Amino acid sequence: MSASVATAAPKRRKGGGANANTLPLVAPSVILLLAFSIIPLIATVYFSLLRYNLTNPAIHGFAGYKNYLYLFRDPALYSALYTSVQMVVEILILTIGSAAVLASLFEQRFPGRSIARVLMISPFFVMPTVSALIWKNLLMHPVNGLIAWITRSLGLGVIDFFADWPVTSVVLIASWQWMPFAFLILLTALQSLDEETREAADLDGAGPIAVFFNVELPHMSRAIAVVLMMETIFLLSIFAEIYVTTSGGPGDATTNLTFLIYKRALLSYNVGGASAAGVIAIILANILASFMVRIVGKRLDE
Amino acid sequence: MSLRTKSHPIAGTLAWLASLLMFFPIFWTVLASFKTELGAIATPPELIFRPTLENYTEILSRADYLSFAMNSIVVSFGSTILALVVAVPAAYAMAFYPTKRTRGTLLWMLSTKMLPSVGVLVPIYLFAITTNLLDTRTALVIMYMLMNLPIVIWMLYTFFKEMPKAIIEACLIDGASQWQTMTLVLLPLVLPGIASTALLNVILSWNEAFWSLNLTAHDAAPLTAFIASFSAPQGLFWAKLSAASTMAIAPILVFGWFSQRQLVRGLTFGAVK
Repeated sequence: MSASVATAAPKRRKGGGANANTLPLVAPSVILLLAFSIIPLIATVYFSLLRYNLTNPAIHGFAGYKNYLYLFRDPALYSALYTSVQMVVEILILTIGSAAVLASLFEQRFPGRSIARVLMISPFFVMPTVSALIWKNLLMHPVNGLIAWITRSLGLGVIDFFADWPVTSVVLIASWQWMPFAFLILLTALQSLDEETREAADLDGAGPIAVFFNVELPHMSRAIAVVLMMETIFLLSIFAEIYVTTSGGPGDATTNLTFLIYKRALLSYNVGGASAAGVIAIILANILASFMVRIVGKRLDE
Repeated sequence: MSLRTKSHPIAGTLAWLASLLMFFPIFWTVLASFKTELGAIATPPELIFRPTLENYTEILSRADYLSFAMNSIVVSFGSTILALVVAVPAAYAMAFYPTKRTRGTLLWMLSTKMLPSVGVLVPIYLFAITTNLLDTRTALVIMYMLMNLPIVIWMLYTFFKEMPKAIIEACLIDGASQWQTMTLVLLPLVLPGIASTALLNVILSWNEAFWSLNLTAHDAAPLTAFIASFSAPQGLFWAKLSAASTMAIAPILVFGWFSQRQLVRGLTFGAVK
């Protein structure tokens, strides 16, 4: 498993004359990514300054900062931002919390460990539209769903998930999908914990809970930071799960920033307004991304 | 690798319980796909029933099912091949001939992956309309290729980095050209790495559901969009939803089991290995 790479070769090679013949190899990727990231970005900023609605050609012209003004006066923006943050925070706590404990359990030896691991990570490979619909119908449906049958049988009554707990329902589905991601990364990190440290803890008479908090958790801290960043970036963009279950409702209950922009852009064809909200989404993601880039950059220098 | 040989019964039991719980929704869906429509919505739930293949035959006999499946295959494999063609030379160059700018380039590529899709929804959508690319496979292939390019370059870069440099130097001293060194010597060595990169890319493209829902209607709609059409509230077709879902996730589930280890490398950009 730990195929240690013994690269004795010198770490850094002087660039020297290599520049000239490697540029054509890197250039296509750089040009494509540059075009893909810069052009739509500029276009979004440009559209956000226009009065532009696809359904009404009479509305046109330069709007300046007006789209932003309307947006910042619109309570829907703050409600969507709040929903985004609420979803991300709840999913992060659920997934990282349980993944840390489960990674620690999977570090122990037990029969069928690799099969159990395969079962554990499977939800991550289920496409989001499938996971959302099987949870919504087969499991969470208030009349015919399995959970309703279980709670009824226990005499607890029925939970109407998507009517009464819409955000929690989306959070549960997304957590089911993303916990395996956190689990897999934390498990990988834990496997690099050296045996001596564990043995020393064992000799000192530390119980499993003490080992978890004092040895394993600190060892996973960098990996936890990475999961935190990556999940946040992906989870701010939760879309399909909302699209197929609640369509942002009831009311605006499950409309996060991503879904708000989608509604403005493709349901009301408000190009200017949607673009202004898009610019805000990009700024938010960039702040988070800068942290991630810093972590990865440190790793690159090692 | 753990040296401890003693099995831990409590940890094992808890871990197995958690694994079964996590897998249960998938198991339950597969089970429902073999029930009749009435059986699938029955309460108490049917546990012992006569399995039927009716749902599968009915979905497969829908003329458009195969077109959805074909779209998924073409789009995920097409974008993967394109991404590899562009990324292999770039990763090779940056891993073996780093310059002053390599570190910055790599980190910048990573940062483009962080750009939220929804932030560029409007221009991409309008661009697709004006170029008549809306609801075409081409649009999705291009989008997925660009979306996953940073991950592909990074994964390949970390694989190339692990190759001993002495091999390249030996080849060049023996008079092989850059191109020969890359294709005849290095490529076979990093083939497992390229394969797992491709696998992860196929998985991500197969399951992508933002652009597939927003840029396709019917002609180019892949399975993610087809499954989404079951959300229309026209009655409960749970058994058929389950059969369609099972078929849509089965191949990728198997791919995923094979790519577990590389997945971490790919999705953390080498920050956790």
